[in-house]
Amino acid sequence: MKEILLTLRNASVHYGGVKALDSVTITVDEGEIIALMGPNGAGKSTALKAIFGLAPLTHGSVLWHDEEIVPVSHEMAASGIAYVPQGRQVFKSLSVYENLELGGYSLPNRKDIKNNIDAVLHLFPALKEKLSTKAGLLSGGQQQMLTIGRGLVADPRVLLLDEPSLGLAPKVVKEVFEKIREINKMRNIAIIVVEHSIKSILGIAHRTYVLANGRIAAEGKGESIEQSKILEKIFFAF
Amino acid sequence: MEYLIHIAVLACIYGILGISLNLVMGETGLISVTHAAFYGLGAYAVAFLLVGFGINFFLATLAGMILASGVAFAIGVVFLRLKEVYYVLGTVGSNVILFSVLLNWNSVTRGPLGIGGIPRPEIFGFRFSENEAFLLLVLAAVAITYAISVLITRSSFGRVLNAIREDEDVVSVFGYSVYHYKLVIFTIGAAFAALAGAFLASYLTYISPFSFTVVESIFILSIVVLGGLGSGRGALIAAGILVITPEALRFVGFTPDIAAQMRQVLYGLILILLMLYRPQGLLGRFRI
Repeated sequence: MKEILLTLRNASVHYGGVKALDSVTITVDEGEIIALMGPNGAGKSTALKAIFGLAPLTHGSVLWHDEEIVPVSHEMAASGIAYVPQGRQVFKSLSVYENLELGGYSLPNRKDIKNNIDAVLHLFPALKEKLSTKAGLLSGGQQQMLTIGRGLVADPRVLLLDEPSLGLAPKVVKEVFEKIREINKMRNIAIIVVEHSIKSILGIAHRTYVLANGRIAAEGKGESIEQSKILEKIFFAF
Repeated sequence: MEYLIHIAVLACIYGILGISLNLVMGETGLISVTHAAFYGLGAYAVAFLLVGFGINFFLATLAGMILASGVAFAIGVVFLRLKEVYYVLGTVGSNVILFSVLLNWNSVTRGPLGIGGIPRPEIFGFRFSENEAFLLLVLAAVAITYAISVLITRSSFGRVLNAIREDEDVVSVFGYSVYHYKLVIFTIGAAFAALAGAFLASYLTYISPFSFTVVESIFILSIVVLGGLGSGRGALIAAGILVITPEALRFVGFTPDIAAQMRQVLYGLILILLMLYRPQGLLGRFRI
């Protein structure tokens, strides 16, 4: 039986007077890919931020290996959780290599950082040719690869990805999702992906949570979610 | 020749100020309007220790740098947790408070009268009395400041500062304590501002609080903007330009009073033109 790595339990988050997340529970097992889906404002990104300590919980808790933790963003990387924010936020004035190096802060020594960067470059060979290029000069797809790769340098056990397909061409989106599947299979890293692209994400996710108005509207395997037509109901309000 | 050496010494002192503020503002993105206060603390520490206790200039300078760092640390602890405009206003307020302390703590600073009779530096029995010798000394200080700033910017610490400048929220995601990085560079910047102040006090042999107002902080900020954010070399060149250019006003027939006012107009004009036509400054790596 697989171990439950991470749990967001009965979590609520308020932004001012607005309830962005309402008693949401999400679990991720070792080696799982979890999809968080739902329309804009459903609370998907907030759920990731709550796990990582970027959105303070007004109620509920985060459990790491069944132990309750207080999520503080700059301590989460050392715990084994990496967060890749949406919007391809590379450090544009730094080179590709320098961007990757920054991802390894939580590692104890430089040798580990170098080894992990080598592993990331093996996964994303396109970045290998651009190591000294300023990250701001990369294409959108390459920047997305870099942000994911930067998250992997810390050698996490759970990777939180916030809309990795945002603003990318369909061909590049397909490539990004192939890489996500590869990361999961080859390195046994559990992944929680917030995603709008239904077709891309249901193809690779082991389980899916559908959120609406800050609550979980449905949960299950991709096929059952598709058959339930819940996504059409939520996205198009049929 | 004496006049040119005088201008060169001032350009070097402002060069140190520009390089040090560039570490804070150019490399890290922390706009600071309190640099003149640290400059003043260095100047007053040297004046107080040299005139009052006859301590060696270099030891007094070190004491001034430690004092300015300590005050910067205290200011940083309070204000570096604040975001953007609140932090900037906090630095303005800090400069106003420190200026008021220099102006009103008569028993130590002699208030508006200032402190005179500050001796020139001396080492191994050699006193830097001649301006040529003093210029060489301050040039050495510029070189050391520049070399340290290059070491900082090329280090992994410097890369984190650049990343903070771009997006501090993303930096914290990797486990960096952004606040501590900001605090360290803010403190280092203040130490070098105090170094410049020590040279000013010893060079002019007289200081008063009016050299360390918010207007002076804005002037130092103008050096960094003109030189370009993220460029130590740019800060040096800009210091030279901003010190030399107003001197030209002396030769176009303005009376000293009007020339002093025109100096402010000129600095304002340079800032406006830069924002309109070259926001990255002369050699800047980043835009404001």
